[in-house]
Amino acid sequence: MSIILKTEKLRVEFTSHEFRQTTKIALDSLDLEVNTGEVFGFLGPNGAGKTTAINVLLGFVPPTRGAAYLFGIDVRQPIARQRIGYLPEMTYYYKFLTAEELLRFYARIFGLPRTEADKRIDQLLKLVELEPARKRPIKSYSKGMQQRVGLAQALINNPDLLILDEPTSGLDPLGRMQVREIIQRLKNEGKTVFFSSHELGEVETVCDRVAIINQGELKASGRVSDLVAQHHGNLEKAFLDIIGYQTQSAS
Amino acid sequence: MNTIWALAGVVIKELYRRKDFYVLFVLTALITIAAGMVNFFNDPKIVRYVKDICMLLIWVSALLIAIVTTARQIPAERESRTIFPLLAKPVTRWQFILGKFLGCWLATGMALLVFYVFFAIITGSREQYWPWLTYLQAIWLQWAMLAVVIALSLCGSIISAAPSSTTTICFIAVAGILLVGGHLNTVALHQAQPLQTIFYTIYFLIPHLEWFDIRDRVVYDWGLLNWLDCVRATLYAAAYTGLFLLLTWLGFRRKSLNT
Repeated sequence: MSIILKTEKLRVEFTSHEFRQTTKIALDSLDLEVNTGEVFGFLGPNGAGKTTAINVLLGFVPPTRGAAYLFGIDVRQPIARQRIGYLPEMTYYYKFLTAEELLRFYARIFGLPRTEADKRIDQLLKLVELEPARKRPIKSYSKGMQQRVGLAQALINNPDLLILDEPTSGLDPLGRMQVREIIQRLKNEGKTVFFSSHELGEVETVCDRVAIINQGELKASGRVSDLVAQHHGNLEKAFLDIIGYQTQSAS
Repeated sequence: MNTIWALAGVVIKELYRRKDFYVLFVLTALITIAAGMVNFFNDPKIVRYVKDICMLLIWVSALLIAIVTTARQIPAERESRTIFPLLAKPVTRWQFILGKFLGCWLATGMALLVFYVFFAIITGSREQYWPWLTYLQAIWLQWAMLAVVIALSLCGSIISAAPSSTTTICFIAVAGILLVGGHLNTVALHQAQPLQTIFYTIYFLIPHLEWFDIRDRVVYDWGLLNWLDCVRATLYAAAYTGLFLLLTWLGFRRKSLNT
């Protein structure tokens, strides 16, 4: 099993340029390894540094120290992103385009030939159940439909690694189930999925391994079953213990 | 190159799905047609006034389309966060800037073509005369000038995140260059030091957009410009466009983008 995603002693500092210059450490010495074919959950409370880590992996934010690699290539090289798909937390797409036009645009960016792009667009629109709405502008879509367009664009290049930032955030139970089913299907196809989420039940269902970070530092990582067994409960209990949260009944 | 064309295609689609262009075109058409119907001072050469008004409107409208469309590109990508799924693909920031530039330039070129076709129809129907080569030179030089304006606006949009302030600053800068840029050397002659040096420095640094303005040739039918001068002007515009695009890239390449 080869390593598909790796971070080494990753540190990210943000300096505010206001009157009193302050430096905030968003990530500190983060070491992660994700293997081919795994579904890997990236957990942490709000502000823990999950999105910053994803931003470094996608080349949006340069690391202050350390390095990150996708398929063994430094993430600062755009080619590292050739075989990945990314779904952001919220839907951020050109709303004046139709779903079909948006997918064609991204297919062109990946250099897919026209016939292959047509085939892929048809497959993906069927997969995310947007076939009847393919010619409608995205601005007329519901939130769930927009999230599904997002999932389709993340899959346009048939990626080997999917990076999903809270993919079910803001979706209704049906939308969550559909996204979960798609992740499960991708797992069965042997794809690697790296995703951040607050839905611990969902993570427990679909993930092979998880990493838990808090205040920019890695607190635990390992197989879901091992963490659950160590903390004598479910993933939620393990998560709360690891980040050091004391419930009222416990205290 | 495929990536750059794909990005440019989205910019063009955005322009024709928005209403800005249609509003400006309808306004230009209405003012020109209204001006053409009035008989100023019983002048038999009324068509020159119509040409003058129409060319002025074309210049103002093209500048508005170019600056407004360009100034909002990068800030809108960041504000609506469409930049994140885009740059998560194998797209370099240089390709992103070039794609935006090309899209804005082509979109403005298409708008310019529509305006000039309208101009040719209106004036040609009155004069029964179509100096196509003069029109071709006029449209080409204006389009080359707009390349500089678009690159300048793109550079401005990296510095200021608000499209409205970028638009205002760029419009003032471009209007300033067009109206007084060519006279700065004369003004400098009458100044004491260090003002003289400052005025001369500005004169030699700014892109002289007024050199691309051959409206008088079109209106008064002065004949064709030397083709070699057209080539020189094109190279001059290409140099300034390249410089502004390089500055845009230098400002944008290391910018942190936080989702």
